[in-house]
Amino acid sequence: MTSMSKPLIDKHLPRNKLNLTVRDYEGSMSTLCAGCGHDSVTAALVQAFWQLDLPPHSAAKISGIGCSSKTTAYFMGQSHGINCVHGRMPSVATGANAVNGDLHYIGISGDGDSLSIGFGQFAHAIRRNLNMLYVLENNGVYGLTKGQFSASADIGTKSKKGIANEQSPIDPCVQALTLGAGFVARAFSGDKSQLVPLIQAGLMHKGFALIDVISPCVTFNDHAGSTKSYAHTFKYYHPLVHTDFVAHHEEITADTSEGGAITVTMHDGGILKLRKTDDDYDPRDRAQAIETLLLGDRSGEIRTGLLYVNEDMADMHAANHLPKTPLNALPYEALTPGRAALAKLQGRWK
Amino acid sequence: MKPTNTGDPDYFHKVVDCQWACPAHTPVPEYIRLIAQGEFTEAYMVNRRSNVFPGILGRVCDRPCEPACRRGRVEEEPVAICRLKRVAADHRDEVSHLVPQKPAHTNGRKIALIGAGPASLTVANDLAPLGYECTIFEAMHRPGGLMISNIPSFRLPEEVLDEEIGYILNMGVDLKLNHRIESMKAMLEADYDAIFIGSGAPKGKDLKIEGREEADANIHIGIDWLESVAFEHIEKIGKKVLIIGVGNTAMDCCRSSLRLGADDVKVMARKPREFFKASPWELEDAEDENVEILVNHSPKRFVTENGKLVGMEFELMEYDLDARGNITATRNTGTTIIPCDDVILAIGQENAFPWIERDIGLEFDKWGVPIVDTTTYQSTIPGVFFGGDSAFGPKNIIWAVEHGHQAAISIHKHCEKTDLAARMPRGVNLQSAKMGVNEWMYSNDYERGQRGVMPLVELKARLGNRKIEVEMGYTAEQIHTEVQRCLNCDVQTVFDPPLCKECDACIDICPVDCLSIVENGDEGELRTRLKAPADNLDQALYVSAPLKDTGRVMVKDEDLCLHCGLCAERCPTAAWDMQDGDILIPHVDDEARRVAAE
Repeated sequence: MTSMSKPLIDKHLPRNKLNLTVRDYEGSMSTLCAGCGHDSVTAALVQAFWQLDLPPHSAAKISGIGCSSKTTAYFMGQSHGINCVHGRMPSVATGANAVNGDLHYIGISGDGDSLSIGFGQFAHAIRRNLNMLYVLENNGVYGLTKGQFSASADIGTKSKKGIANEQSPIDPCVQALTLGAGFVARAFSGDKSQLVPLIQAGLMHKGFALIDVISPCVTFNDHAGSTKSYAHTFKYYHPLVHTDFVAHHEEITADTSEGGAITVTMHDGGILKLRKTDDDYDPRDRAQAIETLLLGDRSGEIRTGLLYVNEDMADMHAANHLPKTPLNALPYEALTPGRAALAKLQGRWK
Repeated sequence: MKPTNTGDPDYFHKVVDCQWACPAHTPVPEYIRLIAQGEFTEAYMVNRRSNVFPGILGRVCDRPCEPACRRGRVEEEPVAICRLKRVAADHRDEVSHLVPQKPAHTNGRKIALIGAGPASLTVANDLAPLGYECTIFEAMHRPGGLMISNIPSFRLPEEVLDEEIGYILNMGVDLKLNHRIESMKAMLEADYDAIFIGSGAPKGKDLKIEGREEADANIHIGIDWLESVAFEHIEKIGKKVLIIGVGNTAMDCCRSSLRLGADDVKVMARKPREFFKASPWELEDAEDENVEILVNHSPKRFVTENGKLVGMEFELMEYDLDARGNITATRNTGTTIIPCDDVILAIGQENAFPWIERDIGLEFDKWGVPIVDTTTYQSTIPGVFFGGDSAFGPKNIIWAVEHGHQAAISIHKHCEKTDLAARMPRGVNLQSAKMGVNEWMYSNDYERGQRGVMPLVELKARLGNRKIEVEMGYTAEQIHTEVQRCLNCDVQTVFDPPLCKECDACIDICPVDCLSIVENGDEGELRTRLKAPADNLDQALYVSAPLKDTGRVMVKDEDLCLHCGLCAERCPTAAWDMQDGDILIPHVDDEARRVAAE
């Protein structure tokens, strides 16, 4: 962490459609270790939301427990947010989403919060297709408790003291694909050119959008022998597709609509331009996605990018026929129909 | 781009915009930090080393440092550097035992210095402590040159002048007052090892238009008139006064007029305001005293009645400007007569050397300006040097000081019979400013306060006595804020590429987006794809060697960096470090010590 918060100098900064600068999307000062990948993910979130012209009050940030979960305090200081019980972020997000489908839900979690204590919650949020952006800041260790292996640690990766992990890792992307998620991506905190458009696309996806971000723990898991260090990730980093997100109000230029790109129209009218790098990879093919990830484990390559996208799935709101109007916007009479209405309802089970 | 050569002393020097812009290269952030610590005497001595007259310059310097100040790019107003220099001078303790002292023995070498202005005084200041026998010849009855004759006491009190000149005279300098040099030939024939000419630009320009002769009694040449006021030969002026010209001398003339009884003073400018030569703050000070500045009035003739000046006729001008502000067309739209009792001409001054014979080998160019080497300040006669306004025409005190420093080096080399051009290079000395985890040897937080407004003596009181200094100096609260406004640009951001793990931490935390990790490229193209476009081409890009994991390079745009050190605080490997950079500017004592060491 730093000794002081970042001075506000915004004279030179461009403004978005809401007349806000990127600095207006920041939060309070980070207390994470200097060089933590999570701070870089925070910066990518700030950048993405500013570019999307997202009104800060239209977003809700929800997190559980862990280094990653602290970071909701570090971006969009003027939006809604709750830092809740360990591993229970999806439940809280589900409840909030049920009563107010108008907000953009941003869940921030880590490999401990999602793949150990909150694994069941993670799975069921996907199964329900909760409309949220779920960012999993994945560093392979429990940083807050001084560096024990987490459930995402690879076999053979070494702890800071040199002990190798022998247990199988849980790959959140494989899990999400098998559970039926409609938006599955993997990214790296060290490459914002990939992470920022993925965040934008994930937020605009109608349904559950998972971004598993490799976000090195600079204090406990950034040494030689670690498979989640900066050096290792840079070495084996392999984007399968390059994603450009074009918001619906932007004009599509030749630059973003070149030949050979796969075009996916998002629910809100925004467009995803997916450019293959060198593989014959189609992110609309779920079986290929699963196969590629499992093979990737053996080659050592860290395969990143938008791995799978399906825009044609009903989210929790649609599937359950929940009211379109948020409960806080319903008139009092509709929200509390009175004694007679209650008696009528109860009469149905007499 | 190739990796930046930070071994070049000028690279980090340029980052310290104020020091780079100062002709004498005063280490501004260093003395501001000393003021912040309450070390006023130390701050004064750091100043004195480079600019010799901190008390004087803290009041009347032309401040080339302030337009250069980085703070003025980050927000509206630069740090009040000049005001802070005065703070050091006003609040210091006795320094007479700290300034260079009269040596126990002289070295027997005799140096003649012509004119007791800032240039000659600086030469004496540098050479006398080394044992040189310096003799200053001054035509007036007091030393100081233009500093005493042309700068009014309400801007520069005589005590301040006398004290700072006194330190130099106490070094064993022989000052011959009322001693005008009439012949350069005679000087050359006298027994001097070197001669320095610092006789200034003493000739004010005249305006030869209709009525000039007839109205002569009420037409005054600005610099001569100011001198007569300073030496109390003139004590009053008419009620209505016109000042012709709008440079800094004009500002001194109009304000002096108000103190000698005028109550309607107009400054007449031929061109629009953007062409004024006066410093903005001097214009402001004059207007604050209700001086009216009229633009687009071109003098046509002096109007006289019965052989006495009663007014001046002007042509009314109109100008067309292009997008860059250059005049493309000039029109005359009529004339007007403005009544007045006196006119003061402040339309420029020139150097004049009626006392230098033209057959002694000292060459002049076609404008009558001596031919002087811009590095050594030597004329076409070996051993004869020029400095100050007499060398290259009217500049400012701080330039005269720098000329004096350089001429002193040349005089020393001339006497040692070594190559004048083989001068010690500048240097830079960097040392980490780290004191502990996120603790630095300077205050790195950003002060949001605005530039302090100088408290002034109330208008009525100041106009009643021309010797009352108008500016009262900063209050304690103003000093406290102003010192914190300095961005400490001399605490340099220094990058060590092999340590970088490309975590982006520095890039994310930088409050002005001046850092980027990108693929290398040509400068012009690289400037467009940094985190924030590097539009200010006057400011360098700091480019690292390729980074080990991706081969990309770290690029820093020096333009807006706050030197807040957050990049270094966020860096997990100390690849970024904040390092205090001392820029070494050699003076003649450094040259002398180098010879002694060899």
